[in-house]
Amino acid sequence: MSATEIQSPRSGQIAGKPESGKIAPKYRRNGTSRGNFEMLAWLFMRLSGVVLVVLIFGHLIVNLLVGEGIHAIDFGFVAGKWADPFWQFWDLAMLWLAMLHGTNGVRTIINDYAEKDSTRFWLKMVLYAASAVIIILGTLVIFTFNPCPVVDGVQLPGGFCPA
Amino acid sequence: MSAELAEPASKIELPAGVGGGGEIPTFDITLRVRRYDPEVSAEARWDDYKLTMYGTDRVLDALHKIKWEIDGSVSFRRSCAHGVCGSDAMRINGRNRLACKTLLKDLDTSKPITVEPIKGLPVEKDLIVDMEPFFQSFREVMPFLINKGHAPTKERLQSAEDRERFDDTTKCILCAACTSSCPVFWTDGQYFGPAAIVNAHRFIFDSRDDAGDMRLEILNDKEGVWRCRTTFNCSEACPRGIQVTQAIAEVKQAILARKI
Repeated sequence: MSATEIQSPRSGQIAGKPESGKIAPKYRRNGTSRGNFEMLAWLFMRLSGVVLVVLIFGHLIVNLLVGEGIHAIDFGFVAGKWADPFWQFWDLAMLWLAMLHGTNGVRTIINDYAEKDSTRFWLKMVLYAASAVIIILGTLVIFTFNPCPVVDGVQLPGGFCPA
Repeated sequence: MSAELAEPASKIELPAGVGGGGEIPTFDITLRVRRYDPEVSAEARWDDYKLTMYGTDRVLDALHKIKWEIDGSVSFRRSCAHGVCGSDAMRINGRNRLACKTLLKDLDTSKPITVEPIKGLPVEKDLIVDMEPFFQSFREVMPFLINKGHAPTKERLQSAEDRERFDDTTKCILCAACTSSCPVFWTDGQYFGPAAIVNAHRFIFDSRDDAGDMRLEILNDKEGVWRCRTTFNCSEACPRGIQVTQAIAEVKQAILARKI
């Protein structure tokens, strides 16, 4: 006796699924979604969450508790931090992970609560656009930050920079 | 002659005031039933029924009393009436339960007890919903043993430990209390739902089964296990006490372990 050929009931969409009664379109899964996007998104939420706990508490401790603590925070403090590639990387990681983590969270909420496909689509487009703007803008700020900008050969007022 | 036929006096001493069937405490309840009959009206409505019930009665007994003595048009499903067949899952006081396993005395009888059809599935009449989408998801996870080896002449042996691995998920009676308690399923009817995942779990973790990978692939769908938000509504709703959310988490981990 040869091994029985086993077919997944979802593999033959054209051949028809094993079903007995009529099912409203609302309940019909249209086609199989290939790929592991939802799995990777789920995994990303867990991993980024753990990393963010370290990054955010590190950020809070360094900014608010160490040394003079909260009284030391001013323009110069931030400028000093971003002169160091370590803190540039720290803040970049925090920005990207927090934004992607939050965006994915809101994406699942939209998926859960939006009832119409068009509503779901447009809400997600707005979400992705907003996230992209913030991520790009934030990344630019971290890497192009210059505490002593010079415009037309004239030092802009600020008082932080050597004349 | 007639004196001999009389029932002999009981030899058990009963305290005064107890005797016969009347000693079970009775109480009055109001049962508020969600009514829907598309042949009469497209709108669902609430009907209140005032009943005198016994302390040993269940919600199902109250529904029987209504149907048999007050209003024969009240429609609901029930088969075994003893918590085995899974026909009479309904939303009682806002929680999914089996009407045949819910004692009236355990509910707050000072207020009307609400009885509604389970949520998320199309209502056909009164408390009866269309279970077809639910069973379609169940069918798609292939809830049967698939073994590619040669059929043994006797039974397929399995160690007690291997059997224990999926013991919890063998208890499912397909009442749909879990799936219809899931907020994700309420808005997204395409979600496979807890019951289908529980029944996939039952075979994925069965050492005699060879199609675990195929089931994991089916549940790796965008409407599969990743839709679960671990709200634990399903575990709370299950009349068999299956740890549904845990079973779903185990399937998630099995998919991850297989992919990575």
